[in-house]
Amino acid sequence: MAQNLVGASETNQTGATNAGAETPDQPFGGLQPSRLIPGFGETPDTAVSPLADIPGLLVDEPAPDNPTVFEVGALNVFYGEFRAVRDVTMSVREREITSFIGPSGCGKSTVLRCFNRMNDLVAGARVEGKLEYFGVDLYSERVNPVEVRRRIGMVFQKPNPFPKSIFDNVAYGPKIAGTKKKSDLEDIVERSLRQAALWDEVKDRLNSSALGMSGGQQQRLCIARAMAVDPEVILMDEPCSALDPIATARIEDLMRQLKDDYTILIVTHNMQQAARVSDATAFFSTEESAAGDRRSGVLVEFDRTDKIFSVPSDERTENYITGRFG
Amino acid sequence: MTDIASTSDSLLSAGGSHARADRIFRLGALASGLVVLIILGLIVVSTSIDAWPAFSELGTDYFFGTTWSPSEGLFGILPLVFGTIVVSAIATVLAVPVSVGIALFVTEVSTKRVGSAVNLTVDLLAAVPSVVFGLWGFYQLVPVFQPVLNSIAGLVSGIPVLRSIFGQSSGVGFMTAGTVLALMITPIVTSVSREVFMTVPHNDRLGALALGATRWEMITGVVLPHSSAGLTGAVLLGLGRAMGETVAVALLIGASPHISANLFGRGEAMPSQIFRSLSEASGTFRASLFGLGVCLFFITVLINMVARRVVAVADRRLKGA
Ligand SMILES: Nc1ncnc2c1ncn2[C@@H]1O[C@H](COP(=O)(O)OP(=O)(O)OP(=O)(O)O)[C@@H](O)[C@H]1O
Ligand SMILES: [Mg+2]
Repeated sequence: MAQNLVGASETNQTGATNAGAETPDQPFGGLQPSRLIPGFGETPDTAVSPLADIPGLLVDEPAPDNPTVFEVGALNVFYGEFRAVRDVTMSVREREITSFIGPSGCGKSTVLRCFNRMNDLVAGARVEGKLEYFGVDLYSERVNPVEVRRRIGMVFQKPNPFPKSIFDNVAYGPKIAGTKKKSDLEDIVERSLRQAALWDEVKDRLNSSALGMSGGQQQRLCIARAMAVDPEVILMDEPCSALDPIATARIEDLMRQLKDDYTILIVTHNMQQAARVSDATAFFSTEESAAGDRRSGVLVEFDRTDKIFSVPSDERTENYITGRFG
Repeated sequence: MTDIASTSDSLLSAGGSHARADRIFRLGALASGLVVLIILGLIVVSTSIDAWPAFSELGTDYFFGTTWSPSEGLFGILPLVFGTIVVSAIATVLAVPVSVGIALFVTEVSTKRVGSAVNLTVDLLAAVPSVVFGLWGFYQLVPVFQPVLNSIAGLVSGIPVLRSIFGQSSGVGFMTAGTVLALMITPIVTSVSREVFMTVPHNDRLGALALGATRWEMITGVVLPHSSAGLTGAVLLGLGRAMGETVAVALLIGASPHISANLFGRGEAMPSQIFRSLSEASGTFRASLFGLGVCLFFITVLINMVARRVVAVADRRLKGA
C-alpha cells in the first residue's frame, strides 16, 4: 500500500520507530507527516509522483472506472446570515470511504448534512452552490428530498434507535418504502443485521426493545436500520464517538466490508480512524470570513487519505494532523 | 494559619446553616403535604358521613338501582353514572383527536410564530368560564345542533343498531353536552399532548426522516409510539375533567335521568344532579346527593389509578426492561 511505502521510507530515514504500531506518540499508525522526508514542503509532489507513475502500485488509487457519486462545487451553507461553510469543492467516488476531519465547529457536519438534504430540516439553513449526485442537482426544485434521504442514508453521532423492538427498528425503513409482506421484511431484517455484524447477538431477541441494548449494539442497529432501505450512500457523523475501542473496531471492520457495496462518507474526530478506514480525506478548518468576525469553515485540502496523512500539501493540514493545532 | 482557620470556620458555619435550611425545608414540605392529605381526608369523611343514611338505608338499591326518581323515593344512581360516563366518553372521543391534531400541528408542522398563535388561542379557550360555555351552548348551539342531530337520526332511521343509538333529539342531551364538554377539555388535552410530543428526542425524528420517512410517517412511526404513555395520561386527564364538569353539563344534558341507548336523547349526570337538586333536597334525597359525590370521587380515583398503571406499563415497554 502506498501508505506503507511512504511510511516505511520515512521510518527508515528517521530510523526511530516501528511502522504500524499505534501508540499515542504515533497517531497515524507510524505515518508521521514530516518535513523529514527530503524535499517535502518545497516540492511536495516529488515525494509521491514517482510512485504514482507506476500503474497498479498504489492500490488505494481508484480504478479508473470508479465513477464519481457526488460532485460538489463552490458549496456555501448559511445559517441565517452566518456563512458556516464557504466554497467547498470536492468529488466523492463510488465504493470508497471518504472521511471529513477538522477542528470542532469547522462545518463537517454541516457539509455532511447537505448530501442528503438534512439541512432542509434546520430552520434558517440555506445551501448555495453545486451539489450533484450522479449528475443530478440535489437541490433542484424537482428533486424530492424524501427520496434523496431514502437513497442516501445517515447514521448519527448518538445512537438513536426508535423505542420499538429490534425487528421493528430495522423493518421501519422498508415498511415505509412499501414492503408489506412479513417474510420479505424478515429477510431484510436478517440480511441487514448480518451486514451490521449484529445478527448473532440479537437473533434470539428480535422482539425485545432496542433501548435495552448496549451503546455499541445500538449504533450497529442504527447502521443496520440505515442499510435496510438499501441505500446507495451512507453518511456517518462521528458514528464511533460514543463507543469503546472494541465497538469502534467492529464498526470500522464493518465499514471496510460495506465499502464493497456502498459509498460511505464519515465525519470523525479520530484521525487514526480516518487514516485507517478512508480512501479519501477532506480536511476542513475555520477561517476568518471577509465579511464579519464569525469564522466560517473552509475545505483546506481534499486528497487521497495516504497523501493527506503523509505528505499533505497545505501547512494547516500538516499542523492539524501532527497535533500542532486544535 | 489564621487564614486557614477562618476559612474552615466559614465552611463549617455555612455547612451548619445549610443543613438547618435543608431541615426546615424538608419539614415545611412534609407539613404542606400533610395538610393537603388531611383536607382531602376530611372532605371524604364528612361527605361520606352526610351520605351515610343513603348508603345504609338503600344499600344495593342505591348503587345498582336503575331508577332515579326522587319524587317516588327511588334513588338508584345507575342512570346518573351512565349519563356521566356517556357524556364524558363523547367529550373525550371528540376532543382527543382534535387536541392531538392541534398538538401535532404545533410541534411538528407549523412555524414557531403560527404555533404560538395557535397555543394562545387554545389557552384562551381554557380561560372561558364553564357557565359561559353552558349558556353559549344552550342559546347558540342547541338551535343549530337540533336539526343537524335530527337529520342524522333521519339518515340512519332504517339501520337497526344505529337507529337506536342516533335517535331523535330535542336539542339538549348527551351529544350536545358531550360536544360542549369536548370544547372545554380540549385545552388541557392539547397542552398535555404538546408537552408529551416535545419530549420526543429530536434525534429520533431525524433518524426517521433520514430513512426517507415523510413527515407523516415520522409522526406515526416515531412521535406517536414515543408518546403513547404520555398521551394515555392526557386522555385520562381529559376524561377526569369531563366527569367532574358540572354547570355546563347541567344546562345541556336535559335533566332526564334514565338509561337509554339514544346518544341524541336527554339524560342526566351525577354532578349536574347534585348541582340541580341540592338546595331543595332533604332527608334521604339529600344523603343520596352526597352519596353521588362520594361515588364520583371514587370513580375518578379509579380512573386515575388505571391511568397510572397504563402509563407505567407503557413506559416500561418503551424502555425495554
Ligand atoms: N442548526 C444550526 N443553526 C445555526 N448554526 C449552526 C447550526 N448547526 C451548526 N451551526 C454552526 O455552523 C458551524 C459549523 O457547525 P458544524 O456542526 O457543522 O461543525 P462540525 O465541524 O460538525 O463540529 P463538531 O466537530 O464539533 O461536530 C458552527 O459555527 C456552528 O455553530
Ligand atoms: Mg459535527
